[in-house]
Amino acid sequence: MSVAVAGGRHLHALLGSLGRLARNPLATLLTLLVIALALALPTALRLFVTNAQAATGNFANAIDLSVFLKTDVPLLKAQQLAQAAQRRHDVASVTLIPADKGLEDFRTYSGFGDALVALKENPLPHVLHVRPRPEDSSAAALDALRTYFNAWPEVDLVQVDSEWVMRFNAILEVLRRLLLIAAVLLGVGVLAVVGNTIRLEIAARRAEIEVTKLVGGSNAFVRRPFLYTGVLYGLGGALLAWGIIAVTVAVLGEPVTTLARLYGSRYLLQGPAALDVGILLGAGAVLGWLGAWISAARHLRSIEPRA
Amino acid sequence: MIVFDRVSKRYANGREALNNVSFTVHTGEMVFLTGRSGAGKSTVLKLIALLERPTRGAVVVAGRNTQSLKSRHVAAYRRHIGVVFQDHKLLADRPVYDNVALPLAVAATPLKEIDRRVRAALDQVGLLGKERVLPLELSVGEQQRVGIARAVVSKPPLLIADEPTGNLDPDLSLEVMRLFRRFQDVGVTVVIASHDHHLVREFGQRVIVLENGQVQGDAADPLPSVLAYR
Repeated sequence: MSVAVAGGRHLHALLGSLGRLARNPLATLLTLLVIALALALPTALRLFVTNAQAATGNFANAIDLSVFLKTDVPLLKAQQLAQAAQRRHDVASVTLIPADKGLEDFRTYSGFGDALVALKENPLPHVLHVRPRPEDSSAAALDALRTYFNAWPEVDLVQVDSEWVMRFNAILEVLRRLLLIAAVLLGVGVLAVVGNTIRLEIAARRAEIEVTKLVGGSNAFVRRPFLYTGVLYGLGGALLAWGIIAVTVAVLGEPVTTLARLYGSRYLLQGPAALDVGILLGAGAVLGWLGAWISAARHLRSIEPRA
Repeated sequence: MIVFDRVSKRYANGREALNNVSFTVHTGEMVFLTGRSGAGKSTVLKLIALLERPTRGAVVVAGRNTQSLKSRHVAAYRRHIGVVFQDHKLLADRPVYDNVALPLAVAATPLKEIDRRVRAALDQVGLLGKERVLPLELSVGEQQRVGIARAVVSKPPLLIADEPTGNLDPDLSLEVMRLFRRFQDVGVTVVIASHDHHLVREFGQRVIVLENGQVQGDAADPLPSVLAYR
């Protein structure tokens, strides 16, 4: 069989499947809708996780140490200490927040601005914000850093700002697991929906299948249009799911921006990335094909021509 | 072309349809299978088309023993046999063209070639111009001719027909039989099961008479006594 002829046969089967779906628009739409919802849910969950991560400035990786110096340490000494810390191989960056800057920030953001005016002198120490390298963010590595800074005589207190980050990471991990479970369960759901739809179509076209086998149609030939139908269902459902997600993102966009602004952020809700859409469409097509294949393998074999 | 060697066939319900049947049909021959309903005519055809397999004995078609044929090769095997049914088994929701084109489509024939051969087959059965008509819009005789066009469109070396004139009046029956003879004239082996012995006799071809699953007579030039089984 030449490539052109093979391509022609596939095109023929594809067009035939499309035609049959189009002839039954309501039933097709309902099936597509069920598949779309099953695919949209895990996609939405994934978007939620991505957005939650992005909205919080990716601080999942941002575990900082705040090294509070004693109040009598002069600024020049603080700068020397910052340089020394910077030289450590497990430290990504060191930011020195001088006491004056700290007071300024506190006045601006805390809401106690007026009360602070009453203070005669600055009660705040100089602070070093130390960010470890991402690969040195484990609890053990952090402990090592803490011990190192604590050993300095100029240091009053070392605070690891990691607890809430770890909590947040734990929540994200729960969400990711949920996403995985939802994706698997709903994927099986798509298989079942497509499989059942194909089973009904095979039953409805029984006579045609018998005659086709009678004139020498192979199992592959008989199966082909059903596989295309399955892929079309899966792909169509995935496209519809994409549409649902796009509308959801559009509807949620403004309130999310407002919410973010109230928290002093200029965050914009992110829609699905090209990779997400690719995975969605790919998963739809593969699930549709697989559902149809399982159903066709089960039900076509039992149909043999009778004279 | 066809060899039945001591073939017996017992169906799952226990009915013994054929009992120790042997005969040979040579390439290019036209043979009638006759006998009462239930004598085993249809079973012989089913064994040839591999719709059934023999319980005992061997059915050899075109040098191939059907018993040893693996099920994945059955489709390719059937493409070498044109089958005509009494109820013609046309797809009611497809136009004549699609029905006739089906055996070519399953054999991966290029579209241009399909077009040419479908028209040629419809021309042979006198139905050129009816390509876009649905089978149910045709008369019974025309439907049967569509069935024949479908059976011959892929130019199979073997044509088998089960009561092809069962639903037709005598004039139409004769017409259909003449059609089969024209295929024999171009070298096709033709096996026709028919209980219409008047018609069979009129053609003066070889007749195999079956009764109760056994061969009762096999004559190249049938004698009246052979046919007088009623």
